[in-house]
Amino acid sequence: MRGGKAIPVLTILAGIVLAWYVGTYFMNAPFQRGLNDRRGATPTFSEFVGQTMSQPKPTLPAPHQVAVNFFENTFQRKVTSGQSLVYHSWVTLSSTLLGFLFGTVLGIVIAVGIVHVLALDRSLMPWIIASQTIPILALAPMIVVVLAAVGLTGLIPKALISTYLSFFPVAVGMVKGLRSPESSHLDLMHTYNASRSDVFWKLRLPASVPFLFASMKVAVAASLVGAIVGELPTGAVAGIGAKLLSGSYYSQTIEIFSALIAGSIVAVVLVTTVGLVGRMTERAMGARPA
Amino acid sequence: MNTFRPSWQAILCVLAIIGALFTLPAAGGEAAIADSDNLLVALALLFIGAAGSSIGLAAGVVALLLFITAHGAAWMLVTGIAGGEGTAGLSYFLMLTGAWLLAWRLVSVLSGLKLPHKALAFGMRLLVPAIFGVWILILWEAIVRGAGVPFILLPPPSAIAARMASSVPVLAADVSQTIFKAVLVGYVMGCTAGFVAAVLADRFLFLRRGLLPIGNMVSALPIIGIAPIMVMWFGFDWPSKAAVVVVMTFFPMLVNTVAGLAASGSMERDLMRTYASSYWQTLFKLRLPAAAPFIFNALKINSTLALIGAIVAEFFGTPIVGMGFRISTEVGRMNVDMVWAEIAVAALAGSVFYGVIALIERGVTFWHPSIRGG
Repeated sequence: MRGGKAIPVLTILAGIVLAWYVGTYFMNAPFQRGLNDRRGATPTFSEFVGQTMSQPKPTLPAPHQVAVNFFENTFQRKVTSGQSLVYHSWVTLSSTLLGFLFGTVLGIVIAVGIVHVLALDRSLMPWIIASQTIPILALAPMIVVVLAAVGLTGLIPKALISTYLSFFPVAVGMVKGLRSPESSHLDLMHTYNASRSDVFWKLRLPASVPFLFASMKVAVAASLVGAIVGELPTGAVAGIGAKLLSGSYYSQTIEIFSALIAGSIVAVVLVTTVGLVGRMTERAMGARPA
Repeated sequence: MNTFRPSWQAILCVLAIIGALFTLPAAGGEAAIADSDNLLVALALLFIGAAGSSIGLAAGVVALLLFITAHGAAWMLVTGIAGGEGTAGLSYFLMLTGAWLLAWRLVSVLSGLKLPHKALAFGMRLLVPAIFGVWILILWEAIVRGAGVPFILLPPPSAIAARMASSVPVLAADVSQTIFKAVLVGYVMGCTAGFVAAVLADRFLFLRRGLLPIGNMVSALPIIGIAPIMVMWFGFDWPSKAAVVVVMTFFPMLVNTVAGLAASGSMERDLMRTYASSYWQTLFKLRLPAAAPFIFNALKINSTLALIGAIVAEFFGTPIVGMGFRISTEVGRMNVDMVWAEIAVAALAGSVFYGVIALIERGVTFWHPSIRGG
């Protein structure tokens, strides 16, 4: 029964593409009709449908227009050119990864502190949870502009936003993971006369690995969102966010959609990679596949 | 037990006091000399706190003493630096460190207290993080003003609070544009749509098998990127922001509700069958109540997502009101105190939004173990 997912998923995807084409027709039709009236052209219905699918700046681009644009900008341009999606994705990816790395390390350090120091647990943990309710992404433009004012530009400000977004999930997940060993296991370590650092390295840390990777998946997705939003206020220089912003300035819907697809592919690749690394690590540590 | 048992924080605090005495004056400038009494009082308070916490008094007395001395010293330092901003020397920062160490000791003492009453223990769980939060503000204020950090980089909390107080009408207009229009409308529509889709997906196995993998994948995507498209479709005013919020809140609701509808046990469902209850009766009387914790989880996740979606969508174009608009324009004009004020309001709104949902949850799912504390 588990293998029976492909057909429903493909059916629904096909339904989405179909609905997309229908939507393309209806959303682009008013503009096209006005255009034809002014030109005095009287196309047949099938010609008219073709026209709605091939506008240069449509309200909703047809899927094949997006696909063609995406293909051209990904495979048919030099990766160093300013129009290449590979180039923009790489810019976004590099700050995502740097921020993700910082965020993960910071999250782990905070979690270790919280688990071992009672005062930190009582005072810091409520703030970490409360901070989840705050729209911290609103800080992004300020961080970028303010750091630029003191001469710090480029990768670091964007990476800082990603760090900020990605350390919360890691910290919360790691606290849960480091506390996950059962009391009988802790008692066993106690009977071995294990020191606190022994308990940490030999019991708590291994037990927290599955939690770490689960929260890293969330964190890497949040990190990408942070990097994209961080690119918005830099004046559209480079990156997927900049591509979105310049597309919205010039109403280039096709460009926006292909940038969105590039962003989605980056997201899927990142999350899948983290998941794979997690599974490999767990297997190397001797976990049985559930 | 009147033994002399200093904590490591108290020892370090005394070392800081000695260091501060040798590196006087704490601050240059004319005003600071006039206020040097303040700094001496701070030193005395620090010494009383460090010594008093070490002579084996009862924990409650120690806590009270530390509370008064740490915050008194901090108050003296913050007021003493007025007029001498940016001139603070090593002595000032050593005293600040001393006060902070006392506050740390205070939090440690409070965390270790065994309280007889449940209400008192609950109050303590609020007090300890509150002290921590206050100290973040104190350190922020004292360091920014003492070291003379440029206003552009980080304004002190007092300046942000003054800005908030002086621009209440602007902030209120932004809140009503962004939160009461875009966020609330989008949130209600997105959550309702996600809920209905989830009930449908639950009814039809085919739909569930197809929608769930897609929903799980979409939750990892940067959906915020659709904001420019929505602005193009629905115009600059709040409907475009509400549309972004609808899309952002739809999928978490869908995925969580489907998981929740599967949460009721087969025993209970069999019982409903023996009552000859219809699909809808089972849905309303058994499965939806059982799904409530999951649904509220989605509502909580969505409360933050909705705010983020609406604010970020405003970066792509708005009428001349709204929190995201204010943030992006005031950043451009380098009015960072206004930006911080806006962010503080956003944080407050986010917490209130979340808190209201959590309160409703406590009322609705009172039977759940996580609420009963069982």
